[in-house]
Amino acid sequence: MSQDVAAAPRARAAQDTVADAAATPERAQPFAALGLTADEYARIARLLGRRPTDAELAIYSVMWSEHCSYKSSRKHLRQFADKAPATDVLLAGIGQNAGVVDIGQGYAVTFKIESHNHPSYVEPFQGAATGVGGIVRDILAMGARPVAVMDALRFGPADAPDTRRVLPGVVSGISFYGNCLGLPNIGGELAFDPCYAGNPLVNALCVGVLRHEDLKLAAATGPGNQVILFGSRTGPDGIGGASVLASASFGGTGEGAKRPSVQVGDPFMEKLLVECCLELYRTGLVIGIQDLGAAGVACATTELAAGGGTGMRVRLDSVPLRDASLGPAEILMSESQERMMAIIEPGHVPAFMDICAKWDVQATVIGEVTDTGRLEMSWQGVQVVDIPPGSAADSGPVYDRPAHRPATQDELLAADPGRLPLPAAGRDLRADLLLLLGSPEGGDKTWVTEQYDHYVRGDTVLAMPHDAGLVRIDAETGLGVALATDGNGRYCQLDPYAGTQLALAEAYRNVAVTGARPLAVTNCLNFGSPEDPAVMWQFTEAVRGLADGCQQLGIPVTGGNVSFYNQTGGTPIQPTPVVGVLGVHDDVRCRTVSGFTAAGASVVLLGDTRPEFGGSLWAWLRHGHLGGRPPAVDLDAEKALAGLLAVAAARGLLLAAHDLSDGGLALALAESCLSGGTGCVIQPPADAAVFLFSESAGRAVVAAWPDALPDLVSACAAAGVSAAVIGTTGGPALELTGLFSVPLADLATAHRAALPALFG
Amino acid sequence: MTARIGVVTFPGSLDDRDARRAVRRAGAEPVELWHDDASLHGVDGVVLPGGFSYGDYLRCGAIARFAPVMRQIIEAAGRGLPVLGICNGFQILCEAHLLPGALARNAGLHFVTRDVTIRIENDTSAWTRQYRAGQHIRVVLKSGEGAYMADPQTLASIEANGQVLARYASGNPNGSQRDIAGVISEAGNVAGLMPHPEHAIDELTGPSADGIGFFASVLQAVAIR
Repeated sequence: MSQDVAAAPRARAAQDTVADAAATPERAQPFAALGLTADEYARIARLLGRRPTDAELAIYSVMWSEHCSYKSSRKHLRQFADKAPATDVLLAGIGQNAGVVDIGQGYAVTFKIESHNHPSYVEPFQGAATGVGGIVRDILAMGARPVAVMDALRFGPADAPDTRRVLPGVVSGISFYGNCLGLPNIGGELAFDPCYAGNPLVNALCVGVLRHEDLKLAAATGPGNQVILFGSRTGPDGIGGASVLASASFGGTGEGAKRPSVQVGDPFMEKLLVECCLELYRTGLVIGIQDLGAAGVACATTELAAGGGTGMRVRLDSVPLRDASLGPAEILMSESQERMMAIIEPGHVPAFMDICAKWDVQATVIGEVTDTGRLEMSWQGVQVVDIPPGSAADSGPVYDRPAHRPATQDELLAADPGRLPLPAAGRDLRADLLLLLGSPEGGDKTWVTEQYDHYVRGDTVLAMPHDAGLVRIDAETGLGVALATDGNGRYCQLDPYAGTQLALAEAYRNVAVTGARPLAVTNCLNFGSPEDPAVMWQFTEAVRGLADGCQQLGIPVTGGNVSFYNQTGGTPIQPTPVVGVLGVHDDVRCRTVSGFTAAGASVVLLGDTRPEFGGSLWAWLRHGHLGGRPPAVDLDAEKALAGLLAVAAARGLLLAAHDLSDGGLALALAESCLSGGTGCVIQPPADAAVFLFSESAGRAVVAAWPDALPDLVSACAAAGVSAAVIGTTGGPALELTGLFSVPLADLATAHRAALPALFG
Repeated sequence: MTARIGVVTFPGSLDDRDARRAVRRAGAEPVELWHDDASLHGVDGVVLPGGFSYGDYLRCGAIARFAPVMRQIIEAAGRGLPVLGICNGFQILCEAHLLPGALARNAGLHFVTRDVTIRIENDTSAWTRQYRAGQHIRVVLKSGEGAYMADPQTLASIEANGQVLARYASGNPNGSQRDIAGVISEAGNVAGLMPHPEHAIDELTGPSADGIGFFASVLQAVAIR
């Protein structure tokens, strides 16, 4: 079918060839409209020894974009490698499509989180859907079977009119794509803050599983090997930038040159592509593979050739098209979804094609690997690209942008929440509990999570509303992986270094409460404009905080993603690094759940509680206050707590364990009562408001049978974790003796009300 | 000899692996059937699993109904072969006219994933004979187009014939008429169920182990047959 389209007669102007570029150095090119600076344009000309052709300019403009080149962040991200703890769990690290971690028994997992913020604001449904599709292909490209997804979402105020446009669209986009693809959605986050009103955050995570020997790398090796593009045809999706070239080349200026800027997803095609790739991998025919994401064919060809240290010759007119009017620059930049590129020995092409045909996946040989060290592309018999592939993939500009701590930071820190009046009377404490529990931030997220299939594949052991998702990898041995993502813009606004470490600590703790051992970290760094020194300061502090934190916890960063320019006018979002932690569970049958499922167990608070309300949910919701310092970070204490939780789970000491974070002990107790369907009676200390609403880090609430309590207490002592028995599970209410009691039914009504009331 | 139960994989099938696991757990041998197969390879029963066959293009199940393997299944079902369609499989069986009625968009217009309690109404079919009529079981519902619909005459006749297999008993999650969660053919061998029994075979990964009864039932039915 592709041949028909390719052969269709097309009216087009003459292409800007390599010879033309050499002959007409003075020709003006629209580099600025493509997002390149004059310096960057000059750098391209220096690298090539001539001006670029239009098609080459298209390649450099996308490869040197902030999104693909990390030009503003690269200098700082090096810390993740420089400070990486000594570890033998990493099979592939930063720079690959996704990091790969050894989890034992011959298995490895690969996981990564990526942003799709801007597309999701423009077109929430397709923006979010293709965000899922993109991250799944990253995982697939490593040779892994994708086994689960998660989503970290942030929106403007829940009751803002635009949130009613964006949130339901994003959620149904994720539901549409993920459900149809057959990947369980096992968790994530949902947060609201006015700072995200014009910049919602849609961060999608995928995790995949492979055997060690199945690892695939993005490298085009072996001159003479064939380059195959397979999956969907290429259309005019997501090439706003290329339209500039098109109109410049064709002399068009009006609406006719405009293209849709958001890609459209087809999860059915992605499902076929996943199964097709996995079958291809099993044959051992695949030498190198790369997914097509941002920057499409431009990115895949340059990265494969650069990765292999080879060259590549590509016939752009062989690319199967959905729109026959596309020119070479547009083909190179198109972000059409559900496409992959593979490197195959010539003799294996027929076998490759047979498997693609079985899955109804279109596959086309578009070129071959060469030993020239050049990426050469032709279009209708003329040469339109001739560049060293590394110059686009690896030699992009690197900026050391100015970073200054803004003066307003001192005012923010000085606004001490210690001055806020704390509730003391039972009815006031009760009212504040219900305020938090009934808010969109603290309330039940079922309205969202019910739209996601978390059962498909039959290996989901824990999903929402548990602290972490837990997926079984091997049914015989019970080996599994736990995953959690966390971020807190309020904490990071107050102190981006500590706030990022708190996000790391929370994700680490969320994994640990299930009984899993935290192993590796991914991150999605959502910030405003890097050209704003105050934002750049937030960014550098966050990266430093994460690198230092991972070093101290002894778990490496395996990869991640940076999303800049999340700002409306001059106002950036709160710095929002979202940290994903992956842990390994030796036997998922011993997992710890978060709910109180039976009466008669002792409720034990682990860790130390201090009066810490800076950036807390209570201060924000009760007083509209954001100031002071975020909770203190103690990563050694986090490590001790995580170790204890793993031991306690393995020894079967715990009925339940739940992490304490936003909303403190109050929200944690309410959630454990509701998810397990059992109340509890708690004896509060004198400073009940601190006890209930402080957000001191390094804490968890657990339930243990009375006969296991001595064991638990001695394990805590051995680990250096403070433990206080604060009550007992059972009864029809959440009761704080002498203060208040809320029947479970009332608790449930308050908890479940917020989102359905707003979104139907 | 163990019963051999075929599980069909259409392009876009998702719960085929889970269905095979449930078949194995019940003690039968799962046999992979491909949408393009011209033979059923001598299986003793067939499960059409959940998913989005052919991407739900046109209408759920509308394209799968014409897959080559369906020709064999329709013919074999006429001869009494036990067939169970789960979720998308139920939609395919309705499109193939092996079962009465149709599945429409959920009343709430959203995809719904929820643990539901269903009441078994017919305990004599090939797929439910290990349950008791009136028994409540806990299974998983996960669908966007799960609202069971039929015209008044059809509804009256399936009620009169005992063709209602199961009803939702913990609230109606999707607007199904008369809370119908599953139906069965007049002959009692072809069953369609919107919720997923294959996701309720183990308390570790599902809300209960109640769903295994569907697969154990067909083993028994095959042994007698």
